Amino acid sequence: MIITKQKKFDEILRCIGDGPIFLIGCSECATLCHTGGTDELLAMKEALEKKSIPVSGYIVLEPACHLNNNKRMLKGYTKELERSEKILVLACGNGVQTVVELFSEKGVIAGADTLFLGEISRLNEFDKRCMLCGECLLDNFEGFCPVARCPKSMLNGPCGGSSAGKCEISSEMECIWDRIYQELKNKGKLQVLDVIQKPKDWSKAVEMKRRV
Amino acid sequence: MSYRSSLEMILSEGRFVVTAEIGPPKGSDAKKIRDKAEIVRGSADAFNITDNQTAVVRMSSLAGCVILLSMKMEPIMQMTCRDRNRIGLQSDVLGAAALGVRNILCLTGDHQSFGNHPAAKGVFDVDSIQLLQIIKNMRDAGIFQSGDALLAERPSVFLGTAANPYADPFDAQVDRLRKKIDAGAEFIQTQSVYNLEKFSRWMDDIRSQGLDKKVHILAGVTPLKSIRMAERMKFHVPGTDVPDVVYQRMKNAVDPEKEGYAIALETIRELKVLSGVHGIHITALFWEEIIPALVKDAGLFNQI
Repeated sequence: MIITKQKKFDEILRCIGDGPIFLIGCSECATLCHTGGTDELLAMKEALEKKSIPVSGYIVLEPACHLNNNKRMLKGYTKELERSEKILVLACGNGVQTVVELFSEKGVIAGADTLFLGEISRLNEFDKRCMLCGECLLDNFEGFCPVARCPKSMLNGPCGGSSAGKCEISSEMECIWDRIYQELKNKGKLQVLDVIQKPKDWSKAVEMKRRV
Repeated sequence: MSYRSSLEMILSEGRFVVTAEIGPPKGSDAKKIRDKAEIVRGSADAFNITDNQTAVVRMSSLAGCVILLSMKMEPIMQMTCRDRNRIGLQSDVLGAAALGVRNILCLTGDHQSFGNHPAAKGVFDVDSIQLLQIIKNMRDAGIFQSGDALLAERPSVFLGTAANPYADPFDAQVDRLRKKIDAGAEFIQTQSVYNLEKFSRWMDDIRSQGLDKKVHILAGVTPLKSIRMAERMKFHVPGTDVPDVVYQRMKNAVDPEKEGYAIALETIRELKVLSGVHGIHITALFWEEIIPALVKDAGLFNQI
């Protein structure tokens, strides 16, 4: 899932101007992250109206990153959109850009910061799992990704700075290499680590288009 | 046999080596680095020039190395993977070799969040083990990381890296050292030793695998200058192990500087007789002037 976080309200206010403004959310990731579901759109509407900024309408797209579906769903909102000065999108960077594709002449505002590809670990808690590097190496590391989960993306073992299984840069973050090491040890497969992992092929990470 | 550097020669001859660290200035004044170098001249066989250590911007390691070379002192150029990708790193290896640098220490590098530019984008295109292998292949096989051939002269450098006997998980560290040797490490400088007992255990494991015959191990020594420094080392510097007894000695000392010096001296004396240790690496943070006395009192001065 794409993990997002709403920008600070003051920051959003600075970009919005006087309105009217149309609000767009997303039924998938942004809803699960409590960034841009129906509840968040209604809360945003209320907050903006309190600041005397008129809200012309709102919609939760299903999902915001589906260009053709967006066209279809937004057909019923032509009047509201025409009346709007700007569109505030509470979804990931992809959702924002898919909306821009349709309304490039209007001011489309990104109301959220897109953080990472991750999982819901607990209610309202999200953890990074993938950085879309284009070439999956998980099978070399027992299914734990050091590219995404080690701040130095170390491929050949721990950096030596971790302490009691925690990363040196934050005691709240697990050292993924400690985890990989323990997994391999438990499975009697530590010799896997003797293989020197070659420098990663980052050219795979710049793929810009895929057609099926 | 011809040696790539005098550090390699001295180690190969089996003499106990001293290396010392010189941190470049936070400015462009070459005199700053020359002054520091003059203080430690003759007190060590070779001198590490750090590469933006703890992710704080300083004069580049390569520039510092060239200044040292102009003073007829032997530099060890530290290279981290934090600030340059494989293109920049390989280019700097060629440049350094062209300018006379003969020792390179490959490090992954401290994370940028610890330094004075925490908003920087860390590169980490490769890690220290990959960097060792890349430079070894440039030197021995005449190829760049991509497989493309070097055309005009291969960099003739003696390769080292760091090792931390105190890192977690402890039982992984010897395997990790073996991997570094496989990648191309010819000498190792360890994390500062305060816990001699744990260091000895690490050395036991290393000897039992015969790794001390495959790589030259230089044990790190960092004299504690103050109680504050002891506290920082004990509680805040990742991967450092200051035992309670050492910490208490510093805390109870009437003169912490004197006590820190005494602890460092005792440590060096014990390391000198520890089988498999080929030398020491002194990092005297903001205390370079102590190095000449320290090596002299440790009975190492006459060897240099």
